[in-house]
Amino acid sequence: MQRYSINILFVAGAVCLVLAAQAGMLDNYVLTVLMFMGINVIFATSLGLVNGYMGEFSCGHAGFMCVGAYVGSLLSVACFTTNKLFGAPLLSPESAPFLFPLVLLAAGLAAALFGLLVALPSFHTRGDYLAIITIAANYIIISIVENIDFIGGPRGFSGMKRTMNAMNGVLEIPWMLIWVLVVTFASILILHRLVTSTYGKGVPAVCQNEIAAEIMGVDTNRVKTMAFMVSSGLAGVSGALYAHVYGYVNAQAFNILKSTEGMVMVYLGGMGSLSGVIMAAIAFTLLVEGLRFALPALDGLLHNLNLLPASYEVSQVWKWVLIPLCLVLLMQFRPEGLLGNRELSHYFPRLRRFFTLK
Amino acid sequence: MALLSVHNLSQSFGGLQALTDFNMEIGGYDLVGLIGPNGAGKTTVFNLVSGFYTPTRGAIVFNGKPTRGMKPHEVTALGLARTFQNIRLWNDLSVLDNIRIAQYHRLGYGFLDAVLRTARYARAEKNVDRKCRDILDMMDLTEFVEELPKNLPYGLQRRVELARALSTKPRLLLLDEPAAGLNALDVDGLIHLIRWIYNEFKISIWMIEHQMKVVMTLCQRLMVMDFGKTIADGAPGEIQNNPDVIAAYLGDGAV
Ligand SMILES: Nc1ncnc2c1ncn2[C@@H]1O[C@H](COP(=O)(O)OP(=O)(O)OP(=O)(O)O)[C@@H](O)[C@H]1O
Ligand SMILES: [Mg+2]
Repeated sequence: MQRYSINILFVAGAVCLVLAAQAGMLDNYVLTVLMFMGINVIFATSLGLVNGYMGEFSCGHAGFMCVGAYVGSLLSVACFTTNKLFGAPLLSPESAPFLFPLVLLAAGLAAALFGLLVALPSFHTRGDYLAIITIAANYIIISIVENIDFIGGPRGFSGMKRTMNAMNGVLEIPWMLIWVLVVTFASILILHRLVTSTYGKGVPAVCQNEIAAEIMGVDTNRVKTMAFMVSSGLAGVSGALYAHVYGYVNAQAFNILKSTEGMVMVYLGGMGSLSGVIMAAIAFTLLVEGLRFALPALDGLLHNLNLLPASYEVSQVWKWVLIPLCLVLLMQFRPEGLLGNRELSHYFPRLRRFFTLK
Repeated sequence: MALLSVHNLSQSFGGLQALTDFNMEIGGYDLVGLIGPNGAGKTTVFNLVSGFYTPTRGAIVFNGKPTRGMKPHEVTALGLARTFQNIRLWNDLSVLDNIRIAQYHRLGYGFLDAVLRTARYARAEKNVDRKCRDILDMMDLTEFVEELPKNLPYGLQRRVELARALSTKPRLLLLDEPAAGLNALDVDGLIHLIRWIYNEFKISIWMIEHQMKVVMTLCQRLMVMDFGKTIADGAPGEIQNNPDVIAAYLGDGAV
C-alpha cells in the first residue's frame, strides 16, 4: 500500500472530483479553473525538465503548446465531427471517447517533433544563444499557424465543442475533467520516473558538468534531444487539452506571454523540483484567478475612497505588473524558488515514510 | 596487440603547437607515468586520447579501433575512463548518483523502459545498484553515498572521481594529477590505492603526476615531455639521471 500511496491518493481525489462534478456540485467556473490547474501543471513541469533539471533557458515553451493545440484540435474535429473544413467525420463519433487519447498522443508527438527545432541547435550552443533560438522558435510556430488560412489563420480555430458533444453523446460524464486529470497524473508520473531513473539522471549530469557527462559515457546530444522532445511533447499534450477545454484556439494565446507564465511557475517552484513546480503551478493558477476578482474589487475600493480619479480603472492589465513583480521579489529573496532543487520529501522527511510515488 | 597505440599525434591551438609527434603504446596490464613541466602538453595528450579534442594530425587506436572522429562517450564505451586535473564531479547529485551515471553507456534500456518501468528497467537498475555498492564499498566511500560531492573534503572528492571512473568499467584508466592538492599522508594513501586498483581490477593505468614520489614508486615506465615533445622514455631509474630531463626540470624544483 505505502509504495503506491501517492498514486492511490491521487486516484481517490480524482474520483471524488469527477463524482462531485457529475452530481453537479461543482459549477462550471470551478471546473474550468480545476482543468486549467491541471493544464498548467503539465505545461510547467514539462518546462521544468529543460529549464530546471537540464539548466537550459528555454523561453518559447508555449510554441510547443500551440503545435499540440492545433494538431489535437484539427484531428479531433476531422475525426469525430461534421464540419465545414473536412465534411463528414472520418471516424464514427461514437468512437470519440475511446480514440481521444490517441488524438492527445498525436498532438504530443507533433509537438515533440517541433522540439527538435530547439534540440538540434542545443548541441552546439547553450545559455543566451539557445534562449534566443527558443524565442525565435516560439515566433516561428505562431507565424506558421497564423499564415495557414484554411485552419483559420489569425482568426483562430474552433469546433472542438462538437467533439465534446460526441463524447457526451456516448455517455454523459465530465469528459474533459477526466482527461485532464488522467493526463496530468500521467505526465507527472512520466517526469518523475524519468528523473529518478539512471537514464534520466543524464539530464542533471549534462546540466552540472557537460564535459564530465560526455567523457563519463553519457551521450549528451541524445540526452538533450530526449529532454527537449519529452518536454515539448508534454507541452503539446497540454495544448490539446487547453484547446478542448476552451473549445477554441488562437495562436496568439501561445505567444511569449504564455511562455513567460511557464517560466514564472518553474522559477517559483524551484529549478530542479517536480513537487515544487506542481505546487507553483497550482498556486499560480489560483493567483491569476484571484486577481480576476481582486483587481475589480480593488478598483471599487480605491474609487470609493476617492483615491483614484473616476476616469482611471484598475484593469486586468495590472495582472502583468503584479506577476512579474512577484518574480522580481522572488529572485531577490529566494532565487532558488520555493523548493530549490529538492523535492518536498526532503523538507518533510516524515512525508516520505507515508508517501511514495511510483 | 597493444591496448592503446598512439602514432605521431600532434595538436595545435591556433598558432600554438601544444603537442608534436607523440608516440605511445600501452598493453593490457601496464602502469605508466607521464611527467613534464607545466604547459608541456600532458593534459592535451589525455584530451586527445579520450576523444575530447580531434587531433590536428596522427592516429589513435584503442582496443582495436581507430578513435579519430569518435565522440568521447563512444571512446568511454570502448573501455577508457579518466579523471580530471581540476575535479569535475556532478556537484549537486549525490555521490551514489555520480557513480550510477558513470554506468550510463551500459545501461541497456531506454526512455520507454524508464517510463513504463519494464522488467528490463528493473533488472538493469538492480545491476547498476549492485555495481555501485560494490565500487563504493571497495573505495571506502559507503558512508558518503548520500552526500553531495561539493560538501566533501578535497581528498574525498578525488576518491569519488576515481570511483566514478572505475564505475565505467574501463580497461585503461587515465589519471590526470591524482595527487594534486593532497597532503603527504593522503599521498601515501593514494599510492596505496592506485596500486590496489591496479592489482584488483587488472587494468592498465596511465597517469600524469607532478609528485615524483608517486610516479617513482608506482610506474614501470615513465615518459617525460617538454614543450609538446617527448624528451625521454624508459624505466623510472633511468629517467631520473637523464640529462635532458634534469635540464627540463631545472629551476622547477620537482626533481
Ligand atoms: N583548448 C586549448 N586552447 C588553447 N590552448 C590550449 C588549450 N588546451 C591547452 N592549451 C595550451 O597547450 C599547452 C599545453 O597545455 P596542457 O594543459 O596540455 O599542459 P600540461 O602539461 O597538462 O600542463 P600542467 O602541468 O600545467 O597541467 C599550454 O600552453 C596550454 O595553454
Ligand atoms: Mg595538465
